[in-house]
Amino acid sequence: MSASFLTIAGRSFKSRFLLGTGKFKNKTDLSQSIVAGDCEIVTVALRRIDLERHEENILEYIPPEVTLLTNTSGARNAQEAVRIARLARSSGCGDWVKIEVINDSKYLLPDNNETVMATEILSAEGFVVLPYVTPDLYIARALVKAGAAAVMPLGSLIGSNQGLRTKELIRILINEIELPVIVDAGIGAPSQAAEAMEMGASAVLVNTAVASAQDPAGMARAFALAVDSGRLAFLSGLPLQRPTANASSPLTGFLYPS
Amino acid sequence: MITLNEIKGILSDTRPECVEDLAQQAARLTRQYFGGAIGLYGPLYLSNFCSSHCTYCGFHSQQKMPRLKLEPAEYIKEMQFIHAQGLRNILMLTGESYKHTPVDYLKEAAQQASKYFQGICLEVHPMETAEYKELFLAGVDGITVFQETYDRTRYAQVHLSGFKKDFDFRYHTPRRAAEAGMRQISFGILLGLSDVAEDLLGLYRHLREMEKAFPGVEYSISFPRLRTVRSETLAACNVDDIQFVKIIALTRLLFPRVGISLSTRETPQLRDHLMSIGITRMSAGSNVSVGGYTLFKEQQDPQFDIKDDRSVDEIVKALKAKNFDPVFTDWRHIENVSV
Repeated sequence: MSASFLTIAGRSFKSRFLLGTGKFKNKTDLSQSIVAGDCEIVTVALRRIDLERHEENILEYIPPEVTLLTNTSGARNAQEAVRIARLARSSGCGDWVKIEVINDSKYLLPDNNETVMATEILSAEGFVVLPYVTPDLYIARALVKAGAAAVMPLGSLIGSNQGLRTKELIRILINEIELPVIVDAGIGAPSQAAEAMEMGASAVLVNTAVASAQDPAGMARAFALAVDSGRLAFLSGLPLQRPTANASSPLTGFLYPS
Repeated sequence: MITLNEIKGILSDTRPECVEDLAQQAARLTRQYFGGAIGLYGPLYLSNFCSSHCTYCGFHSQQKMPRLKLEPAEYIKEMQFIHAQGLRNILMLTGESYKHTPVDYLKEAAQQASKYFQGICLEVHPMETAEYKELFLAGVDGITVFQETYDRTRYAQVHLSGFKKDFDFRYHTPRRAAEAGMRQISFGILLGLSDVAEDLLGLYRHLREMEKAFPGVEYSISFPRLRTVRSETLAACNVDDIQFVKIIALTRLLFPRVGISLSTRETPQLRDHLMSIGITRMSAGSNVSVGGYTLFKEQQDPQFDIKDDRSVDEIVKALKAKNFDPVFTDWRHIENVSV
């Protein structure tokens, strides 16, 4: 499937399955899941990185060839996200950043407007910015203008495992936005990841469903397979679904005698 | 979905299957929303001067006891000790005394603490918004303020004098702290002080009110159980372990994403069990007397009697053995600016 590389900011990835690193029972499960899922991009909250403590430092459990996507978890507005991203860069975490601006601790929904502002500032500073948003066409267009490297719409509330509740809105982004669309949050089962990929999402990001599985590495593998399968289905041209049966004896066949 | 109206019935249901059912549901939600993460923090008692007379407290103003306040060189030594244990979140506590631990004193302590810690919270006397703002700008991320009880009559009976006597000023403290920009606000009731079901209702309503008004704040709850101070029993009613488990489970069911902390007042055995049910934060390696880590190890009385005296390393081992992930850092210090 060489034609189906995921390209973000000029870098190509074979894997379209991004993994979040929170909520794992232990860090060994995390590193095994990254390997089992063939993940090439993982996201880590800067707030969870303790650079001083090697044994407890989450970065020690991420293979060096994996691209680190630091996220700004904990930021309540654009300015805080910007400060966290700068801190991440100066701490040696690279310049790939997932903007997460959340000012609601009950639903954990992202603040789209603040996210656009942060994207604009950080893109101008040379960051590769992947903003996490509630799917909205106008916001996605604004993100393109602001210099985002991809758009990450949520499938449903983070950690909810509810799947693609925002499916039709995501579909609009896939149709209209030229950047990679990576479905993030809410994907609770491999079948839901496949569903996102079948409709043309560029990639998916999963965390809770893997981290809270009985066998996280096994679940990571299952997701990797589902993502590949969904992608292949998309590339192969998924037949349209029809609400009714397709008559095998057409009504207008008589017009074209053989 | 449990509603607030069902709390009384659930608390008075004595069937073991009721507790088990609540615990199972709570455990599932906790795993879903927090995974195996248990945040660890260390308490640092800066001072035990207090101008409030609360009948249940070991530090109250009428108590004849040596009063101490750490000077910067002293608390820095304590901070270094806590930091060396691996902890990156600190909760700095004082008695309630504007006079002995004014804002400037707390500000300096926060500035020093930010050299060693990524998350800095205070549990001190309630203040005005402008004062919280100063502290926020000095690096304080959160505050803890317990209403203790939501029953006004009982509140008046146990808070005899001092600032703490003012129920409403205390009640609106979380609001003032949130207005100042604080990220974390921790609530609590002292279980055993009054009717538990009524107090829980008061607490839950208070929290809902704050969630609506300040959705961006990370809230957490503590449930200290009033038991003994210097082996003296002070509780008005007993909250046994069964009731305690129900309270934690109920809180998780009603507030799936809210943090629940557990202090070292509880035994290691109970703490280890409660982690699976709903606890998301705990203190570790705690010393609850002023200067107790490095300076004045023996000569004072603590604020309350500690039941879990395991070291940070021992707690980390116990957590990992039960497949929990001890979290030392859950925030990264960014320079706080006015919000």
